Amino acid sequence: MSEELHDVRLTVNGTTHDVRVPARRLLSDALRHDLGLTGTHVGCEHGVCGACTILVDGAPMRSCLMFAVSAAGHEITTVEGLTNPDGSLGPVQQAFAECHGLQCGFCTPGFLTTITAGLRDNPCPTHEEARDMIAGNLCRCTGYQNIVKAVERAAEIAASGEETAS
Amino acid sequence: MTTKLMGQKVQRVEDQRFLRGHGRYVDDVAVDPGQHTVLHAAVLRSPHAHARILDIDVSDVLDVEGVHAVYTYDDLASCSPQMAEPLPLLIPHPALTHGRTQYALAKDEVNYVGEAIAFVVADDRYLAEDAVSRIRVDYEFLTPVVGIDAARAATSLVHEDVPGNVGARMEQNVGDAPAAIAKAPHRLELDLTVERSACMPMEGRGTVARWDADINRLQLWTSTQSSTGVRAAVAVKMGLDLGQVDVITPDVGGGFGVKINHPWPEELLVPMAARALGRTVKFTEDRREHFISSAHERGQVQHIEVGFDDDGRLLGLDVEFWHDHGAYTPYGLIVPIITSTQLLGPYKPQNYRVVFESLYTNTVIVTPYRGAGRPQGCYAMERTMDAIAQYLGKDRAEVRAVNFIQPDEFPFDQGMIFQDGRELEYDSGDYPAMLEKIKDLVGWDEFPAFQQEMAEQGRQVGIGLACYVEGTGVGPYEGAHVHIETSGKVKVATGLTTQGQGHATVFAQLVADELGVKFEDVEVVTGDTRRMAYAVGTFASRAAVMSGSAIHLAAKRAKEKVLKIAAEALEADEKDLEIVDGVVSVKGSPGTSIDLGTVSVLSNPLRYAFDEKSKAATQFSIGDPGKPPVAEDDEPGLEGKDFYSPERATFASGMHAVIVETDPDTAEITILKYAVVHDCGHLINPMIVEGQIHGGVAQGIGGALYERMAYDESGQLLNASFMDFLMPYVTEVPDGIDIDHLETPSPLNPLGIKGAGEAGVIPSAAVFAAAIEDAERLSSTGLAITAMPISPSELFTLRQAAVEEVAQQPSRNPRTREDPA
Ligand code: FES
Ligand code: FES
Repeated sequence: MSEELHDVRLTVNGTTHDVRVPARRLLSDALRHDLGLTGTHVGCEHGVCGACTILVDGAPMRSCLMFAVSAAGHEITTVEGLTNPDGSLGPVQQAFAECHGLQCGFCTPGFLTTITAGLRDNPCPTHEEARDMIAGNLCRCTGYQNIVKAVERAAEIAASGEETAS
Repeated sequence: MTTKLMGQKVQRVEDQRFLRGHGRYVDDVAVDPGQHTVLHAAVLRSPHAHARILDIDVSDVLDVEGVHAVYTYDDLASCSPQMAEPLPLLIPHPALTHGRTQYALAKDEVNYVGEAIAFVVADDRYLAEDAVSRIRVDYEFLTPVVGIDAARAATSLVHEDVPGNVGARMEQNVGDAPAAIAKAPHRLELDLTVERSACMPMEGRGTVARWDADINRLQLWTSTQSSTGVRAAVAVKMGLDLGQVDVITPDVGGGFGVKINHPWPEELLVPMAARALGRTVKFTEDRREHFISSAHERGQVQHIEVGFDDDGRLLGLDVEFWHDHGAYTPYGLIVPIITSTQLLGPYKPQNYRVVFESLYTNTVIVTPYRGAGRPQGCYAMERTMDAIAQYLGKDRAEVRAVNFIQPDEFPFDQGMIFQDGRELEYDSGDYPAMLEKIKDLVGWDEFPAFQQEMAEQGRQVGIGLACYVEGTGVGPYEGAHVHIETSGKVKVATGLTTQGQGHATVFAQLVADELGVKFEDVEVVTGDTRRMAYAVGTFASRAAVMSGSAIHLAAKRAKEKVLKIAAEALEADEKDLEIVDGVVSVKGSPGTSIDLGTVSVLSNPLRYAFDEKSKAATQFSIGDPGKPPVAEDDEPGLEGKDFYSPERATFASGMHAVIVETDPDTAEITILKYAVVHDCGHLINPMIVEGQIHGGVAQGIGGALYERMAYDESGQLLNASFMDFLMPYVTEVPDGIDIDHLETPSPLNPLGIKGAGEAGVIPSAAVFAAAIEDAERLSSTGLAITAMPISPSELFTLRQAAVEEVAQQPSRNPRTREDPA
């Protein structure tokens, strides 16, 4: 009674990976255990905590609610893909470090991906919008105060980065 | 001179890893893409709260492809005889006359939904879960005992041999409270309840084990708050020498107390299977498992009688409470003992009697959750203060103030025995100054005008205040090892674990300050028994106090050695030397210097010229050629090791105030302002302390307004998911928490620090009950809110009850005894 396996090509952080997985393999498990990208965390496996959030074609998705086989043909970004090309911290990551936006760090990858997508849609959020942007992710350590600050700080860093770039 | 790092908001070094996705939590260990060398475990858990196990049939499992082993109770003895014994009762106490613990896998009986019955090891977790679903168990159902009322009624028993479901009964007396109350000019009685909640770290429990047959040694990674505790437990249970077991606690995704209990069944079953199968085995619990098979806390029912004078001064306080400890008592009586002692807060009731019963129920075990019994104690005391103020028509802050221990009364002995078995003696504090600060911060004196103004607009707002004292930094000890390598880098190890407190940062701050090295050159390792074999653990807000002090002392020792060697090498007097940025030099003549790396080379008489540093060291000569290269009282290497063991706990304190608004129609509760004044002595890193407070406040809000364990009468936990157990998102926490610090240093440790980790959560139930009540004005003669948490629906019900009460019997409160006429 062995399980049927499927060949899937996953494109993660710009790199392609070929894996053979059963149809029921969650994308979160495939990323973590089949590709070794353990930055994506699993806090509930029922879509509520947001720790497993990744970007699928740029849009935040809960990787615990998606099968690996259905990720074929999409561009996936995980927390490991948020650093700048030179390896330095990306704007959202940098803002988290500056604002003490994390404690145990377990929820953090999901916040980083969510905010990255959020700021792409809305590069200068108001304070209320900054709070809204993270309203679907759970963190048990920080009480969210510094995460909200980090959203606002990330917007600043990104804006100043664009100025320097242009 | 480099600036001192103690007290600075230093950015955390660990964040660099975490932010890149390079954290290493236990499920990130032994990841082997494409290799399939690691086996994964799943557990069959009891679906029934109380049943006898008649038969377990695993025959359908064994031939499932990919399944490597299945274990039930009967298989445990083949690992070692101890494995088949009940799990240890970690902290026995003479009052715990009927302590009971479970087996690693249930033997004959299950006592809560979630209790482990069988353990399956397979190629992956999916297959292991498939296999678990094929195990057939025959049960004979027994009547479940759910909730404190059912436990007290004792019409059914959880354990046949525990009469009345009472695991422990404990009483402590200071003076004669009943007599003092009888004589007091005023008396009140209160009946209060608090429901269960739980720590709910975002990372659940997890364990990985690898048995190395070549060296007969076990390596275990586990998400714990006590690596050394797990190590000792695993060694005993598996019949191994301590020296054969290494426990490594990698990054931990939150603990909040639940990971201090050990060993969990899986912490024994995983290494057992790893040794038996000769393969690396991993267990990672899922969220539902965390709800039903780790631990909860908080559930208590309290009865309070108090006598006081016209000023509200306590003359006698008599507290009786019933504590729900779940199905077993692996962690002893720590939680109720803390409730019974820390209830006193910053006050001196003069006469105090407290008696509790710790009761069995057929529900998940109860072990400490951040605050560990203090939130319930604070709730009891602060509700009492509010009741007294209301009865006397006095300002709630004033009533508290007349009861404060005064700054000149420290050390203040409360006359009781604390959780660590030592006297409950407060070391320092300044409660009157703190009260002034919190009143300013929240706008206490201006509030009545604001409330009036809001009322005119048809809005209901209320204010609450709650004070607490928290014994932190309990012993017995913690140690540290500081090693200066020949590269000049400083490697620091302390044995307790880290769950987000930023230990790698704060401890490096201390070492950099003491040794005079660059912060970046210090690397801290925690929770690895290979690096520090003796350690206690991270709980009771003790890490900064205990390991911080030990690290400070160890760095001092290393520094002594540095100065001794450097003085000899530089032909100078030790007193004339200073260390700045890792270079020892003679004060006033910076040219005469030697860097720490070179000192480290010199500290080891075996001097192969491995590298430039070693070659450079040849210019210095130390040691007397007529004596042995290592003197009798010396050791090779540049290291410092020390332990810190305080006489007793140090007592932090704090006061919280909250302003809430309640919706007149929907009873929705909104937080308008949350203020915290906190005294944890000297701060090592204020940014990290404030982060701890933020997190505690958010958890407190969850506990006061949202979180509860919804058990039905059959013992099923109905809300065992994040969908139904309502933890605060950002939308439930206030936008901004106002924090002010007071720093009364502890005289008990070299840095003058006190613990900070749990503080934020302690006063929540008390402060919200007070504020909501103030907004609602439901009763003019007694406390309206006596059960927490409180939801909008419950508040709505209270409103209706109040309307009915007024209609029937205006101005009489059944809970208030009339004064003796
Ligand atoms: S793990 Fe996917 S949302 Fe929680
Ligand atoms: S930092 Fe620990 S859960 Fe968010």
